[in-house]
Amino acid sequence: MSVPLSLEVEDLVKHFPVRGGLLQRRRGVVRAVDGVSFSIARGETLGLVGESGCGKTTLSRMVLKLIEPTSGRIRLGGIDVTGLSPRAMWEHRRRVQIVFQDPYSSLNPRLSAGTIVGEPLENFRLATGREKDRRVADLFIRVGLRPESMQRYAHEFSGGQRQRLGIAKALSVNPDLIVADEPVSALDVSVRAQVLNLMITLQEELKLAYLFVSHDLAIVRHVSHRIAVMYLGRIVELADKRALFANPLHPYTEALLAAAPVPDPARRRAKRIILAGDVPSPMRPPSGCRFHTRCPYAEPACRVTDPPLLDVAPGHQVACLMRPAGGGVRPVARSNGSRDRFL
Amino acid sequence: MSPLLEVRDLQTHFFTRDGVVRAVDGVSFHLSPGETLGIVGESGCGKSVTALSILRLIAPETGRIVGGSIRFGGRELTTLSNEEMRELRGHKIAMIFQEPMTSLNPVLNIGTQIAESVVRHLRLPWRAARDRAREMLELVRIADPKQRLAEYPHQLSGGMRQRVMIAIALCCNPQVLIADEPTTALDVTIQAQILDLMLDLKEKLGTAIILITHDLGIVAETCERVFVMYAGRMVEEAPAASLFAQPRHPYTRGLLRALPRDEAGSDPTGARPRLTEIPGIVPALTQPIPGCAFVPRCAFAVERCRASPPVLTETAPAHLVSCWETARVAEAVA
Repeated sequence: MSVPLSLEVEDLVKHFPVRGGLLQRRRGVVRAVDGVSFSIARGETLGLVGESGCGKTTLSRMVLKLIEPTSGRIRLGGIDVTGLSPRAMWEHRRRVQIVFQDPYSSLNPRLSAGTIVGEPLENFRLATGREKDRRVADLFIRVGLRPESMQRYAHEFSGGQRQRLGIAKALSVNPDLIVADEPVSALDVSVRAQVLNLMITLQEELKLAYLFVSHDLAIVRHVSHRIAVMYLGRIVELADKRALFANPLHPYTEALLAAAPVPDPARRRAKRIILAGDVPSPMRPPSGCRFHTRCPYAEPACRVTDPPLLDVAPGHQVACLMRPAGGGVRPVARSNGSRDRFL
Repeated sequence: MSPLLEVRDLQTHFFTRDGVVRAVDGVSFHLSPGETLGIVGESGCGKSVTALSILRLIAPETGRIVGGSIRFGGRELTTLSNEEMRELRGHKIAMIFQEPMTSLNPVLNIGTQIAESVVRHLRLPWRAARDRAREMLELVRIADPKQRLAEYPHQLSGGMRQRVMIAIALCCNPQVLIADEPTTALDVTIQAQILDLMLDLKEKLGTAIILITHDLGIVAETCERVFVMYAGRMVEEAPAASLFAQPRHPYTRGLLRALPRDEAGSDPTGARPRLTEIPGIVPALTQPIPGCAFVPRCAFAVERCRASPPVLTETAPAHLVSCWETARVAEAVA
């Protein structure tokens, strides 16, 4: 294990009970995340893609310990934080920070920008008074904002600048891991590039690990080292980004790649695979392979057998019965996840 | 072919406490029968206001069309009475919006919502209108159309709601369909279904489409002709192939270069190249902009750009650019 791991997630499950009726009886469970394992090394970006309802937000909220997993383990920098009480968790919270999707609703309109960015420093008792102001000013410079703008309020900043504030706030407590949930999807194309470049630069300078959640494949491809594709609470494919784009093995990955519009009219509609239907309800996931209801390659076996996530090439895992055909397939030992695959 | 819709020098302004917002500031374009025209630009560039102006849906208490003309089928829309406009909307010119949940009425079933406009515009009796509604659901490929007629919007998925919106829009055989970010709220696989459906119906029914989007990928995949807006003005208009192959306006070039490219993923060392940024931000539209609106962010800007607004000029067949420095921009590309 040459590269230290920032985050390890092992067989993580989150079921939300659904209650209803007069007595609020339990009527079922939403299997939002249903057995997910991965790891992220220092300085690495893991892209997490999938459509709405696939569980990517629930997963990132568990990593942030905003919600407790139903089962499974979360390790931050080698320390198991799964069952920690809020008090015991407190000293580990600093390690994971979040950058939100919407820079308009995630900043307090009544606080000055400097106060917002400096708040975590006070919360974690890392700095106060003049020392705090100095560190906040440094953070402003680091994310490309003028320190003079510390006195201004959130509404005086543009969308891109607000996202820089959100990043500065996340960085203030020197985290190891940043969970970025759709960090640029509320931004316009021209500003998006600025924020993505900033995130990549900061990562390289500070050796940050990113869990980068997005529905936009082109962006995930740009920022990630490895990519995990989720469907209905499961990872269906996880691979180095080059392998994933050059050789997608799961039919869902293939369909996602084909569905993403490409800004080049010359390549128009050369490769459309249009998936029929909608994503099934995570309350009643289909039997067998969860994708079989929409899969163009489904065989009878897919309706029965739930495919495990298997290694098909070094660092390339796929959960599909149909691929690859033939042998040489071995199950991934759950305990060691995919730890040595980065670099 | 004579244009179906012709917009000339359209100006729509909003009157706010902070001053006059020139949301659309001199936009001219035409739409031919059966054509797909894309309007692209970033938030606040005026693309939606252009669409709303065509349908005269600008709330009179906040803004109005202050200049220009909109001609549709030989009639001038800017001077029609409200009653005449109501006759036209949803009949000859239909529109679908970004958020299918908020555009549908939550307390009416799907069948009633489709039949409503059939009854109003085609003057069919309700029973026949409901048959028409069922046909429309079949046309937009909704399974079990008969059963769906009795359902309410909350019972449908996002993709299905957008299909219902399309059914409502197309039920009176409009000549023009304006689609404002029709797939932005949808997932990619559903987006692909909806775009495919729209193009397929366009072929079948011969409806001309104005597709408004911020997504250059969608434009590349669906539109024949595109125009790019910036700060309420048109900066470039061209056939899609020509625009993507040879963008001539510095803003269009910047937009295309700011997109993550496939090649980035194939770098053998795994290094992630930086995206090309467009520095700065969009100007406030409350201040009059004497020259080109893109000047503060443009690498090619010279004194003339600041002083007087460039004119949309044809620089290649059907390729119009609004830039004083096209020659230098072209050189820089080469």
